[in-house]
Amino acid sequence: MGEKPIKVVVAKPGLDGHDRGAKVVALALKEAGMEVIYTGLHQSVDSIVTTAIQEDADVLGLSVMTGGHVHICREVVEKLRAEGAADILVAVGGVIPSRDIPTLKDLGVAGVFPGGTPIDEAVAWIQATVN
Amino acid sequence: MSDVARYIHNDKGEVTEVIYPSGIEVKAVYGPQDLERIGFDYERDLGEPGTYPFTRNNFALGYRSREWTTRQYAGFGTPKETNERWKMLLGAGQTGLNVAFDLPTQMGLDSDDPRAAGEVGRVGMAIDSLRDFEIAFEGIDMHRVGTGLTINAVASIMMAMYEAVAEKYGFDTAKISCTPQNDIIKEVLGRGAWIYDLDAAVRLIGDTIEYAITAQPRTYPTSICGYHIRESGANSAQEMAYAFLIANTYIDEVVKRGYDARQFAGRISYNLNIYGNLWEQVAKFRAGRKVWARNLRERYGIEKPSDLMLKGLFAGGGSGLMKAEPENNIMRGAFYGLAAALSGAQSTALCSFDEAYSIPSPRSALLSLRTLQIIMEEVGLRDTVDPLAGSYFIETITHEMEEKILAEMKEIEDRGGMLENVKSGYVGRKLARQAYEWEMGIERGELIKVGVNKYATAREEEVQLHEYDESWQVTQIANLKDVRRTRDDSLVAERLRALADVARSGRNVMPALKEACLAYATVGEMSDVFLEVFGPYKEPNVV
Repeated sequence: MGEKPIKVVVAKPGLDGHDRGAKVVALALKEAGMEVIYTGLHQSVDSIVTTAIQEDADVLGLSVMTGGHVHICREVVEKLRAEGAADILVAVGGVIPSRDIPTLKDLGVAGVFPGGTPIDEAVAWIQATVN
Repeated sequence: MSDVARYIHNDKGEVTEVIYPSGIEVKAVYGPQDLERIGFDYERDLGEPGTYPFTRNNFALGYRSREWTTRQYAGFGTPKETNERWKMLLGAGQTGLNVAFDLPTQMGLDSDDPRAAGEVGRVGMAIDSLRDFEIAFEGIDMHRVGTGLTINAVASIMMAMYEAVAEKYGFDTAKISCTPQNDIIKEVLGRGAWIYDLDAAVRLIGDTIEYAITAQPRTYPTSICGYHIRESGANSAQEMAYAFLIANTYIDEVVKRGYDARQFAGRISYNLNIYGNLWEQVAKFRAGRKVWARNLRERYGIEKPSDLMLKGLFAGGGSGLMKAEPENNIMRGAFYGLAAALSGAQSTALCSFDEAYSIPSPRSALLSLRTLQIIMEEVGLRDTVDPLAGSYFIETITHEMEEKILAEMKEIEDRGGMLENVKSGYVGRKLARQAYEWEMGIERGELIKVGVNKYATAREEEVQLHEYDESWQVTQIANLKDVRRTRDDSLVAERLRALADVARSGRNVMPALKEACLAYATVGEMSDVFLEVFGPYKEPNVV
């Protein structure tokens, strides 16, 4: 028996359907040996948090392209805390200006990966942070 | 998979093999023997510009007789901000409009819906009711300016509302022209703004095409988007093949109602993508015009030349643009514009250099327009039609591209057709895998992006961002509440009931939609009727 693989829920919160990035990341994490659950599109914060808890995820990765990342991350982090699941690491990727990174970190987002971040970097971050 | 080509080197560092993303293998030198090998025949393969199969151009004189239409995608905030941006672009010489809608509107939600919070006016203009179109189109000459409506799931609603606002402003609705994007199958493959069950959504597209035949004869009721399919990971041959198969699906939907394709197929337009290898793109559009014309003639018996032309927007792709050193995207855009001009694009647009950061600023939006104007006015691209024709290289790869497109079409048709293979997730899985390989190509350095994985610098970027103004949401919701307060609620209820009846009966929904729009029913109310009757779409898992 090998070690239990890292489990990641990749989620697309809100109304945006630009999911190329989310799918590419999901495939990259799978290639790296992780167990990946992709939520599909148009997910509410509640359903994303419920999925992450039910799946006992190590990491919840959010993909946000619209500029609404601060608003969405705040809701996700608060909801996870309210559900007693603050141990699930939250990471976000997408169209994220660098000036927003400190705000996201202050909210409790563990990893921020703006577009253009090498995927290997995100994979390595998950491996290092979870283990 | 890469966007330029796969280059294989020998020990001396010389390039020994060049393979395009579509699979075309390029030789170091081409000559007359290549044309002989492919059995090149001028009349059959090219024909004169403006004649079947339109490989060279839709028009005999190309850009000598008509410049391309520049159609930058624009819209944000409330209809008032959008109206101002449009007037700025039209004042700067832009010749058509291309409307960006915000996500709540695209998803059939009113601005005061809790699910819309934080998104109102963010990535496009918020539209809740006819009142908003009245503000957006104030002072726009709807006879002269044609309008692209970049919306899909609720395109039928927007097309009805466009006609309603034209009527209100006294324009002859037989003379207005809109191009709703209205391609739901592509929306499932990329972009993701779908709402209703896919079969019902295809029927709605059939309704818009059927309605336009008599009510809006100058409108192009659907714009098939190979563009987003390519952005989702397709190669150039797949982009064209899938777009043509989707178009055939919509044509068949209307033909099965008893119409002859000759009545409407000429009103189908395209939105296609340009990035990556210049030569491959030129070959793609030349071969694409030919494959489409032949498809319409052989499959649907269409003969009228203007109906056989592949019309539409050939636009610079966002996928080719990079976040690092964003000013480099200005140069990339110029080369995509060059490819568009060498391909004989009728209508064009470029992504702006800062779009990896946010909605374009006024400065970057103007810069994209200026790039296209410089290409058309300052470097001689309008001098002669199809300037690359006759090149041993270009004619050979145009022929090979045609074969690739036909092979991709056949693969899907042999598997049961486009709609079935989109529903099952087959096409989606293929695109996701190719998108992944493309990203890996950049990360492994096989696909060169200057300033990203070659000659990269570690400097911090300063981009002047388009700011989202929280007050737009407040203003928009206040306006919506005002509409709800002042309209005749019993009339709205009656017209929404009538809409539900036709939606259930299978009759064309367009007349009932227009009536509902004229009563100031909201987009959310009309969309909810469809959702109730049709049910939601359930996406297949593709990763």
